[in-house]
Parts: sequence; C-alpha cells; structure tokens
Amino acid sequence: MSGYMSGILAQLAINIVVAYSVFLPAAAGLLNLGAAGFVLIGAYAAGALTLKTGMPLFLAVPLAGLAAGLIAFIVSFPILRTRGVYMVLATFAFAEIVGGILINIPQLGGAGGLAVVAYAGLPVVLTSATVVVAFVAWLLATRFGLAMRAVHDDENVALLFGTNLRLTQVAAFTIGGALGGIGGALLVHQFNFIDVQSTGVMFSIFVLLYVLMGGTQTAWGPVAGALFFTLVPEGLRQVAQWTPHLKFLESSRYIVFGAAVVLVMMWRPEGLVTRTLLERIYGFLLRRSHA
Amino acid sequence: MQTLQQLVNGLMLGGILAFVAVAFTLTIGMLNFLNFTIPALFMLAAMTLWALATPGAHVLGFGLHWLPAVFAGVAVAVGASLLVERFTYRFMKAKYGDATEHALPLVSSLGFLLMFEHLVITLWGTEPQRVNLPFAETDVRLGGLVLGVPQLLSLVLAFVLVAALSALLARTRLGRALRAIAENPTAAPLMGIEVNRIVPVVFLITGALAAIAGILYAASYRTVTPFIGDAVAADAIAGMVLGGLGNVWGAIVGGLFVGMVKVLAISWFGAEIEKIPVWGLLLAILVFKPTGLFGHTKIGKGKF
Repeated sequence: MSGYMSGILAQLAINIVVAYSVFLPAAAGLLNLGAAGFVLIGAYAAGALTLKTGMPLFLAVPLAGLAAGLIAFIVSFPILRTRGVYMVLATFAFAEIVGGILINIPQLGGAGGLAVVAYAGLPVVLTSATVVVAFVAWLLATRFGLAMRAVHDDENVALLFGTNLRLTQVAAFTIGGALGGIGGALLVHQFNFIDVQSTGVMFSIFVLLYVLMGGTQTAWGPVAGALFFTLVPEGLRQVAQWTPHLKFLESSRYIVFGAAVVLVMMWRPEGLVTRTLLERIYGFLLRRSHA
Repeated sequence: MQTLQQLVNGLMLGGILAFVAVAFTLTIGMLNFLNFTIPALFMLAAMTLWALATPGAHVLGFGLHWLPAVFAGVAVAVGASLLVERFTYRFMKAKYGDATEHALPLVSSLGFLLMFEHLVITLWGTEPQRVNLPFAETDVRLGGLVLGVPQLLSLVLAFVLVAALSALLARTRLGRALRAIAENPTAAPLMGIEVNRIVPVVFLITGALAAIAGILYAASYRTVTPFIGDAVAADAIAGMVLGGLGNVWGAIVGGLFVGMVKVLAISWFGAEIEKIPVWGLLLAILVFKPTGLFGHTKIGKGKF
C-alpha cells in the first residue's frame, strides 16, 4: 500500500474514533462543540506519558482515554446543567479553556506544540478504530443504549418511563470524552506532533458537522460521516490534478463539504444513515436471501 | 495615562464586538438560533470592500471609489444572510420528535460558514490584504488621549443603531410581529403573522450589523483576511453571554466589556493567558447564571 493511501486510511480511522466522542453525547440528545478539548487532553496526556516515562503505546493510549474520561465526568455535572444553545456554548468554552491551559504549560511545548517520538502505525490505528466501532455498536445494543435512544427522542417521556436521565447523560458524555482522548492519543502518535492552534474551534466544528451529517440514530452514522469528511476532500483533490481546468476544485473542496452539510440538513435532517434506512437494507437483504 | 489609553482602545475594539454581539443575540432572542454565519458575513463585507476598492484584486478588482464599495460590501453580506435564511431557518420546523433537532439550523449555519470562508479563499487567497480608506489615519486628540476616527464612529454607530433597533422592536408593527414570533413561533402564524415574510427581516438586520462591523474593522485595522471573523465572533459570543442571550443592550455592554478586558489583559499579561479567565468566566456564567449579568429578558424564552 502506498504511503498516501495508508496516510488517508489512518486519518480516516482517527476521524472515526473522534467522531464517536461527539456521537455518544449526541445520541443522548447532547450537543458537544468541544471535541477539540477532549482530543487535546488525550493527545497531551499520551504524548507526555510516552515521551517522559517511555511508556509503551498500548498502555499510554487507554490511560489517555481514562484521563479524558475522568475530566469529562467531572465537567459533565456543570455542563449538563445547561441545555440547547447554552450547552453548545458551554462545551465550546470548555475546549477553549483546555487549549488556553495547555498552551501555557512550557513543559508540554507551550504554543510551539508537542512533538513525540513513539509512532502509532496504520495497524495500531486501524485496530483501535475497529475496537471502538465494535464497542459503540455493542453499547447501543445494551439497555444503556436503549436509554440513550429514549432520552434522545424525548427527555420527559424517558423520565416518565423510569429512565435515569442524569445517569444516562453523564455516562454518554463521559464515555464520549474518553473516546475523544483515545482519538487524540492516536492522533499525536500518528503525526508525532500536536499543537493547540491546529486543534481549535474549527476542529470541533468539523467533528460536530460530520457526526450530525452521518446521523446520530445508529452506530454507523459517524462512520458514514467520517468517510464523507475524509474521502470527499481527498477525492476532489485528486480530480483537481487531472487537468488545469479543474484546479479550482482543490481549494473549493470545503465549499463542497459545507454545501453538502446544508443539503443533508434540509433533506435528511436525521443524517445520512438512519434507523429506517438500515431496516430497509436489512429487509432487502433478507428477502434476497430467502428468494 | 497609559492604562487610560488602553481602556479607550478597549472601548474602541468593544464597539466592533458590540455590533457582532448584537447580531448574535438578536437571532438567538428572536429565533432561538445560534447563527454561526455571522463571522462569515462580517468577513464577506470587509473582503468585498477591499476587492472592489483595490484595482489589483484578483476578482472584482474594479478599483471603485470607497463609498460605493462600502455599500456593495453591506449588500453582499445582506444578500448572503438572506440566502442563509432560505436554507436554515425554514427547515427548523420539527418533523420528527428529536432532542437534537433544534440544532439543525445551527449545523447548517456552520456549513454556510465553511462555504463562505472557503469561497473567499478560493477567490482571493489567504494572504492579509491592505485596505485603504480615507480618514483611517486621522486621529482625534483629546487631552492626551488618541482616538481613531473609525473606532469612534463604530462606538457611536453601535449605540445609535441599537437604539433604533430597540425602538423598532418596541414601537412598530413589524417589531410587534417579531416579538410575537420570539414569544411563540407556533402561535404567531395563528395570529395572522406571516412568519416567512417577517423572519427574513431578522436576517436582514443581522447581515447588515455584521457587515457594518466588518467594514468598521477593515477601517480600524486596515488589514483584512478571510479569517478576521473567527476571533471577533468568539469574543462577541463571550460578550453576548455576559449580557444574557437575547438581551440587545446587554450585548452592547458585554461586547464593550470583553473588548476592554481583552486589551487590558494583553497589555498586562501577554496574549496567551487571556483565554483562561475570559472563557472560564463565560463557562461559569453559562452554568450558574445563564440569563447573563442583567437578569431575564422577555424575548427568547422558547425551547431552551
């Protein structure tokens, strides 16, 4: 496999892991515009562990996830007091604070960013992403997944039916934070570098966009969103190289992404992959196999 | 004197922030919609002004006189804002019971933000561009304090326009219709209010406010890039939260306050540290006193 292909695959795998960090709260009806915060925590925690203590990756990545999860758990209580637009702003403020703190720690490279030595190759990243997808798919199939779905669809009715609203939302937010930390840990070791500037507001915006675009009803939505977000810009970049007339596509690939987001929100407000869509596909496949 | 001058500078930056904060707070108060296209509209107006007034610009470089260029900049931003209305707010109507559904326009507006920013990058590139406007270099000296004319203008304009806006909301038929939509978007059409004709007015005002702020920014700082809106919008959002979401006068005070805090923090502690107190304070307000510093407002008590 060429270096270019494996680079894109690794990016895709990391994007998928990060997508689940926003997906889990969203699946419980919580909008998180602070993905960058948890990714930064995980990246700096794992980077510091491998760099300063020489800890192997298979320990550092889960530990970074735990650290981010712990912080997510602590901040979930104040943040879950807010709702709607207020919650979007609160998570956004949280990510800004994390970035503001990290940039002022000279031991972690400050504004210059953190360069690490340990390298997470494609096999590591792909395995981690597969484990995360399987974990989330399993989680949604449990009773807790059902509770998240109920809370997502209607908080009040879920409460009436005896769902523990607070527990469900805190758990979704915490596990989401932990997955963000794992994504960050993979990110820093794939690129051997992380800095606060490049993992800022725009990063959080992109993640939230491709998760909601993919759909928050099923575990496959974030995969679809990350696929679209990673592959469409790359595809346009490839097409742009065919002839000079198509050169404009190279810089316009985010225009296409933005337009796609707007159109999906108009026509498929629940995202590209919905429960109904999957049921139809399953039904179709079943009928085919019986015939 | 040094500190006083810094305070004055902060007040000037605050004038621009106040504009943007009012634009944000108006859409939230009226429509429950956090409109993330505002930074893009801000930037669009400033970039259009630069392109039209500069003969060498890659696209639209007509070398116009600055006055028509200013009007064209505002017109482009307002047009873009109306386009945003057509593709975001119209689709806010709940079709399925769903807790994240109210966020759909927000998400679409983020899509538009991406589109507008990268459209401008495609057209004109990412380099900082110099804007030449008359009276940009003229300063007024007042007892040892230096006041820039564009900054002074933005401060005065902010107060005048918001006063006009308040009067519009409080006294006119249109204002009453807008307040009715803010109060209850479901009942408003039953009272004979044509929501689809009234709501664009909010976007028109928002676009105009963001555009004027962008042009005042270009006049004050004399440099524009496709990214000028982002930092300004983040600070303006901070100002809006301070003043309370949906509170127009609160947004002005909040915007001015954030402008001053920013300038003072940078001159006292350096640029990197200011994020922590500003966003920490913001998070605390959001969590413990989400109505802002000035208590409840009548508008914007819909779903949230």
